[in-house]
Amino acid sequence: MATKVVMEALSPTMEEGRLVKWLKNEGDQVKSGEPLAEVETDKAVMEIVARGDGILRKRLAAEGQTAPVGALIGVIGGSDEDIGALVGEGTKAEGSSGGANAGPPAQQAAAASVKPSKPSRAAEGIPSPQAEKTDPPSEDQAEVDVVDPDASGESGTADVDRDPASDQASGEDTAQAAGGRMGNAAPRHRPPSGAQPATEQPSHAERDGERPKSSPLARRLASEKGMDLQNVRGSGPAGRIIKRDIEAAATAQAASAGAGAVSNGPSAEHADFEDIPLSPIRKTIAKRLIQSIGPIPTFYLTAEFDMARASEMRSAMGEMGDEFKVSVNDIVMKAVAIALSRHPEVNAHWLGDRIRVFNRVHLGMAVAIPEGLITPVIFDADGKRMSQISVEARELAKRARDRKLKPEEYTGATFTVSNLGMFGIDQFTAIINPPESAILAVGSVEEKPVVVGGEVVARKRMRVTLSCDHRVIDGATGAKFLQTLRRLIENPLMMVY
Amino acid sequence: MPVITYRDALNQALREEMQRDDRVFLMGEEVGVYQGAYKVSKGLLQEFGEMRVVDTPITELGFAGVGVGAAMVGLRPIVEFMTWNFALLALDQVVNAAAKMLYMSGGQYPMPMVFRGPNGAALQLSAQHSQAWESWLAHIPGLKVLAPGTPYDAKGLLKSAIRDDNPVVFLEGEMLYNTKGEVPEEDYLVPIGKAELKREGEHCTIVSHGKMVLVAMQVADQLAKEGITIDVVDLRTIRPMDVDTVVTSVRKTNRAVVVEEGWEFCGVGAQVADYIQRECFDDLDAPVLRVHQADVPMPYAKAIEKAAKPDVRKTIDAVKRVMYLES
Repeated sequence: MATKVVMEALSPTMEEGRLVKWLKNEGDQVKSGEPLAEVETDKAVMEIVARGDGILRKRLAAEGQTAPVGALIGVIGGSDEDIGALVGEGTKAEGSSGGANAGPPAQQAAAASVKPSKPSRAAEGIPSPQAEKTDPPSEDQAEVDVVDPDASGESGTADVDRDPASDQASGEDTAQAAGGRMGNAAPRHRPPSGAQPATEQPSHAERDGERPKSSPLARRLASEKGMDLQNVRGSGPAGRIIKRDIEAAATAQAASAGAGAVSNGPSAEHADFEDIPLSPIRKTIAKRLIQSIGPIPTFYLTAEFDMARASEMRSAMGEMGDEFKVSVNDIVMKAVAIALSRHPEVNAHWLGDRIRVFNRVHLGMAVAIPEGLITPVIFDADGKRMSQISVEARELAKRARDRKLKPEEYTGATFTVSNLGMFGIDQFTAIINPPESAILAVGSVEEKPVVVGGEVVARKRMRVTLSCDHRVIDGATGAKFLQTLRRLIENPLMMVY
Repeated sequence: MPVITYRDALNQALREEMQRDDRVFLMGEEVGVYQGAYKVSKGLLQEFGEMRVVDTPITELGFAGVGVGAAMVGLRPIVEFMTWNFALLALDQVVNAAAKMLYMSGGQYPMPMVFRGPNGAALQLSAQHSQAWESWLAHIPGLKVLAPGTPYDAKGLLKSAIRDDNPVVFLEGEMLYNTKGEVPEEDYLVPIGKAELKREGEHCTIVSHGKMVLVAMQVADQLAKEGITIDVVDLRTIRPMDVDTVVTSVRKTNRAVVVEEGWEFCGVGAQVADYIQRECFDDLDAPVLRVHQADVPMPYAKAIEKAAKPDVRKTIDAVKRVMYLES
């Protein structure tokens, strides 16, 4: 059976993709899972892989062409399989995606399949044993729907074509088929079950193995309890999440929420976060502030940190050898991670009807790339040593610039740091990346005259600005976070305390 | 309250309705002199005479047609088939005449008649005489299809059927005739189109009708020992089906097993499962499972016949599967 090659959603936000390069030629044998093409998404260049075995029969998208997610860009099938109907569908999809980049006209013309002029009552959905056994149609025959032997008494061709694309076939083709082929053409290949003629592309979620199997009741209960099925282990057949799993998870959650209230930071294993229902005052704050200033009512807190000790530390470490070198950014990231673990209220997502406070710190790191900006994530940054953060940050930044990041590497941040210090920016305000509720903008480290003990001296200083979503974070909350951050950065030894 | 057999409950219903309304009469093979092949009509010939208790030749299509004609001219016939397996020969009258008469005559000819007789398998009657026809008959718009599983329901439903102005198919059971239950002496009716929650539980719903209600009750008894409690819904009327009772129960238990005597394909259970998936989708914790006869003509050999029939063990297995329990 033929398999569609479609433009897949390779990132959560991807709506269309540009086909950079085909990795297989028409006629190449391909195996399921083998890369077929490189596609540029909104974030990165990624590979589209085959979802079935066979021969890459058609490439429906040209290199450089942009196609919306879900559009057919190719067909995998047997060497003699009729892919006419599928190809016709692709033509339609191409048409709708805007003409400039559409495939070669010859391909489109060949792709049009022919609509029977009069559908037979006998044909719908009933597989015809004869039809399956006849000689395979040759390549050019394959493009045309033909007479169903079951319906030889009928005047038109037989198969009820469910493919709307074929309605658009040209009248010329129809005439040819009706006149020239009626009654003796090779029967069209049909799926044995009378179902759709092609393998359905599994949904995005199923492909990624993301969608947990669950009973309808379990889904309803989870949604009522505000639980995420991703965090529930299924005990039914094939891991199906059923009622008792939800109940068990709810009990565990309640227990750990009780425990989490007293402990500070990541306590129980399942308590990656805690959802806090909105109090009336929080709701009012949210409502009023949105009216005042856009959908995210942001305010900004700026602080200037003394970097004397941080700089000392850097040079001391640098003297110990290249492998101990850390950047200002590494120090900031580590300090932010620690500060967030002490101020989880800043490490939170705004979810519309509740605030999700995370007990784990997944630190997003804004990286400039030629095409714009991307924020790879250092997961569990609070639990990582500075050296680990340093290595990971460098590696992620490099792969971001090479556009090799996987979606799971740039989603899931609980808080983001944006550093433009290396560009000599003194201070700036960064824009919150929802649903996160804060972002820290880091400026450059510069020597400045400051008053210390009544005397003007030159000191290394760095300005940071915290953008806060006021629905989640109040002025004092953000200020306390910055206070902690100041203490850590101005006294880096505190980080090992 | 007196405890009587299903057979006697039917006999009481016939007698009471014939006493109540002299347009009611019974016809069929051996209903008179022989007192009924299963003695359901015992004593009726003596009480009502041969104008109202009519022995017919062995011509199912013929006497079913006579019944339709009698109904057209204002009588209220009860046509007894010695078994529904023989009624196959009469289906043209049941399906094409009785079921459609009111509709096709533009409302001029109501069909106040009852077709009744034993349905389903007994013991070693083999392939041709062990069939359950309810899904065939319930398929037909214009027919009401009743399948009582207890003496109480048998009497109350038969009386309702005789008083109904539409053609009613009444499915009894050879293996049911000797079962006993409490039946009040006073006049009562069981409404058509109303299921009954025969047993209340919380873990699983079993939907069944006719003879299989007894299986469902035994299953409920056995599982109760394991701490599993069952809602047993007895449909009593297959068409029009009391979907509300089924849905209310499944919404409570979140799972259902449908048990029927007939074959799986296009069976009554398929219809029940369809209503459940439509009405209870978000309440289901497991797929609806069905227990039914094996997809073969009923075997004659005793052991194989037993293996082919739906039973308590198969039903318990199904209940445990929808509960995700080891079984």
